Amino acid sequence: MIPSAFEYERASSVDDALAKLAATGGTGKFIAGGHSLVPLMKFRLNEPSTLIDIARIPGLAGVREKDRALEIGAATVHHDVATSAVLQAQCPVVSDTAATIGDPQVRNRGTLGGSLAHADPAADYPAVMLAVDAEIVIQGPDGGRIVSAADFFQGLFTVALSADEIITAVRFTPTRTASYAKLYQRASRFAIVGVAAALDVADGTVRSARVGLTGAGSHAVRLTAVEEALVGRAATPEAVAETAEGAGAGLEDVNDDIHASEAYRRAMIPVFTKRALVGAVARVPA
Amino acid sequence: MAASPVLPKLVGQRVKRREDPRLIQGLGTYVDDIKIVDMQHVAFKRSDVAHGRIRSLDTSAAEGMPGVKAVLSGAQIAEFVGPMPIGTPFPSPDHHAVAVDAVRYVGEAVAVVVATDRYVARDAADAIVVDYEVLPAVVDVEQAMTGQPAQVHADFENNLAVALVPSGTGVSADLKTIDDSAIDKAFADAEVVVSQRMLNQRLAPTAMEPRGVVAHYEPGKDTMTIWSSTQNPHILRSFIAAMNGMGQDQVRAIAPEVGGGFGAKINIYAEEYVVAGLSKRFGLPLKWTEDRSEAFLATTHGRDILGYIDIAATRDGKVLGMKLRLIADIGAYNMLLTAAIPTLTMMMANATYDIPAIRTTLTEVFTNKTPTDAYRGAGRPEATYFVERGMDMLARELGMDPAELRRKNFIQPDQFPYATQMGAVYDSGDYGKALDRALENASWDELKQQRDAAQAEGRLVGLGLAMYVEVCGLGPSSSLPTGGWEHSQVTVERDGRISATTGASPHGQGNETTFGQMLADQFGVPLEHITIHHGDTGVVKQGIGTFGSRSQAVGGTAIHLAGAKVKEKMAKYAAALIEANEDDLVFEDGRISVKGAPDSGKTFAEIAAYAYVPVPLPEGLTPGLSEEAFFEPANNTYPFGCHIALMEIDRETGEPTLLRLVAVDDAGNLINPLIVEGQVHGGLAQGIGQAMIEEVRYGEDGQPLTGSFMDYAVPRASDLPRFEMDSTVTPTPVNPLGAKGVGEAGTLGSTPCVVSAAVDALSQFGVTHIDMMLRPEKLWQIIHGGQS
Repeated sequence: MIPSAFEYERASSVDDALAKLAATGGTGKFIAGGHSLVPLMKFRLNEPSTLIDIARIPGLAGVREKDRALEIGAATVHHDVATSAVLQAQCPVVSDTAATIGDPQVRNRGTLGGSLAHADPAADYPAVMLAVDAEIVIQGPDGGRIVSAADFFQGLFTVALSADEIITAVRFTPTRTASYAKLYQRASRFAIVGVAAALDVADGTVRSARVGLTGAGSHAVRLTAVEEALVGRAATPEAVAETAEGAGAGLEDVNDDIHASEAYRRAMIPVFTKRALVGAVARVPA
Repeated sequence: MAASPVLPKLVGQRVKRREDPRLIQGLGTYVDDIKIVDMQHVAFKRSDVAHGRIRSLDTSAAEGMPGVKAVLSGAQIAEFVGPMPIGTPFPSPDHHAVAVDAVRYVGEAVAVVVATDRYVARDAADAIVVDYEVLPAVVDVEQAMTGQPAQVHADFENNLAVALVPSGTGVSADLKTIDDSAIDKAFADAEVVVSQRMLNQRLAPTAMEPRGVVAHYEPGKDTMTIWSSTQNPHILRSFIAAMNGMGQDQVRAIAPEVGGGFGAKINIYAEEYVVAGLSKRFGLPLKWTEDRSEAFLATTHGRDILGYIDIAATRDGKVLGMKLRLIADIGAYNMLLTAAIPTLTMMMANATYDIPAIRTTLTEVFTNKTPTDAYRGAGRPEATYFVERGMDMLARELGMDPAELRRKNFIQPDQFPYATQMGAVYDSGDYGKALDRALENASWDELKQQRDAAQAEGRLVGLGLAMYVEVCGLGPSSSLPTGGWEHSQVTVERDGRISATTGASPHGQGNETTFGQMLADQFGVPLEHITIHHGDTGVVKQGIGTFGSRSQAVGGTAIHLAGAKVKEKMAKYAAALIEANEDDLVFEDGRISVKGAPDSGKTFAEIAAYAYVPVPLPEGLTPGLSEEAFFEPANNTYPFGCHIALMEIDRETGEPTLLRLVAVDDAGNLINPLIVEGQVHGGLAQGIGQAMIEEVRYGEDGQPLTGSFMDYAVPRASDLPRFEMDSTVTPTPVNPLGAKGVGEAGTLGSTPCVVSAAVDALSQFGVTHIDMMLRPEKLWQIIHGGQS
């Protein structure tokens, strides 16, 4: 648990962070909460020459209302997401999800942007980012760009983010009718299977739905078959639960490890899909 | 009229731990906090293969790194560091501190680096290149007993460390004659026999503070000081002195704050030998601090005993006999007490029952895994688990209430002292009382109705109950190669304050508080005027250490006896000064005075001052107030209790939730019920942890699969229900305090009652036993048509 030698610098702004990273010639890494990176460094699985600390860049943390959207700064720690009054009121699935991450120590240090950039296959946030159809706001040497969550998660620890770019925020249109359900891995508290579901409901009928799945495969994915089956359904627990049957059946890449076999994970996808959907329906105003 | 006492009696009171303010403020000094001028740092290169021969070891790159002082191979270390100590009488293979030509588990040290700082040392260790001829790894314990797929040690055929030791009814003390007639008759007469193979799985002790060593050999004085995160500095001193060819007078061992041990810090470790040996060789202070990854590999594991149990009984629930065949997977080497731990499982196989015939056998097997040794409970939780799960199966088979089956077979209060079939003599007990209290506190009959109602609704709710009896208060000396006594010196200082030493070496037990409470009452002085010194052989003249729940029963008694001696002498000084009969004096409220006449006396400090400047010197007295005592217990103590669990299992996912845990523990007289509860809390957490979430796993290649907290779960507060605790009090006659010991108790009853609750919840699926841990997937398979 002793990392290799590295240099440490603190960035004062996003531009400063990008410049400092560029100066390392590709050997540096950004660090925010460090809850994914530091363990890797301690195991010597990752040996950056320089850590550029972005955690205290002014304006990079916090939950903000922008027009009708919400924006969460990339450096916002999980605890602040979990306890945000704005999120709890307007989009509780996001704060609920943050509250399930790790333990209080992890939640007090780990950040949203760090989790998304790291893209652990069992991380919780990716599922909910897919469900709320978040935009990932990215800054790079050549300026800014926005990637939708649906395009962001590409593979095992692989996302649509270049090594010289930084996530500055996520943006999404808040929805109250969304919910996250998760089977905990008891040691790490990561998700063996985690499902986030967001429903657009009008007049008691589901108009559209987005369902994100994490933990099952190499990266978070949308359960499109479930989403399609939901459209036009009555927004009742029984009606939406039916669409969870067979959820994930088409997935080719399902994990098998000491905590859960592939067969068990496959069996748990419909269970937690159902729970997420029922949880979302429960939030439909009477 | 006498004024009411200013100082309340403290023994029996819920006094808050005096240790905690410094610990929770970060003011404690642990081994890693020790810094000495010129101190160098040690790192160990460790094997990343489970079984192999070392073809070559290339240290050249490491040696060339700036800041590296020395790089040593196992062979070089073996020139001045002797073989690792073994405290048990069984034949044992050679165990070098650092592997010389073969490695036998992942994590075994193969080379040592000394460098200017910890980071350089670690970089250099990484730069050492070891070429192994990889051999097949011995992982499955029963396969290992056939000699397959390899032999861990050439001289131990079929990997048998201990081939077969029988114990119980009809086995003579020298093991030379074995008469099976009683056990055979029990099974021949039986109307019912239940049989089950059960694994009490391997656990990692995971103390909050990993191990660490600082050794400082001073060539000018020819003395060594060794700081170590150990449970027994006096034992460490003996071994470090002997290994270095030094006298015990030349070595001082210090256990500063120790952040948990759980039995794993009893052992004398290679790192202690190597760091001490290197310090002597180089004449430099050296430090090694274990990191968490090393702790999972290089600190001993616990449990890992396979049990085959058969219980013979009548249809109306009288147990006639029991067979228990034990196979212990002890890992790659015998450590200090490795071979002895499973013998405690045999010893406690009688449990709380009056069983006419018992036959146990024990086989210990080498595998390519981290060696096992003591872990909280150390052999007794395994015994409790096997027997209590067996009794649960018997109750189910007979359709009997599990509490009634227990009650029908209890050793009765009038049978104590009770000589068991296993050679133990239980000191005192009232098992029915603990059972009754637990049933009452749990509302057992209502709880059964609630369970039945829940099951009728389709919920998977189950109840489990377990009794336990533990052997605590270790010695006596006949049972421990170190001696089984404890020592204390109590000194009333010149200013009237009290210093007391104890050979117990607390690392969470709260002895500064409990021993202080005892002395405060004994001398009638405030607790704040008493300091308990421990964990330093330079200050504490003699001692054995803390293990086997012995601190209070043995160490506490030594304090009590030493205190009584000082008090007797102080009374003589007081009698002389205030011109009274010493037999009429009372020590109360910081004064020594004639009983009923507090104004007649002097302050405690005044008498103390007189004893150190004794003018005039009373006839027959020597100056000073400092006395010591050794306490040698005549027997162990046998605390007991009853634990009840209520569990619900999620039908869809198999996730178990422990809803209630009711514990009634009887540890004899309690000095501090708050500390006792804290001890039981921790024990329950670890016992429930074993049942539900903890398990060390290895791959077929001997690679550990649970080498970090990402994969090895330790219980968090949020995993546990609010414990419902109570105690009954059955004092022991073994010591004058009547205290039995409670440090390990929580791990005994909780584990089987939690598993039994899970079995009860799933019994509708035809399951009668589930091996730990209660992995949700395993339970889900039972629910959804798979097998256990």
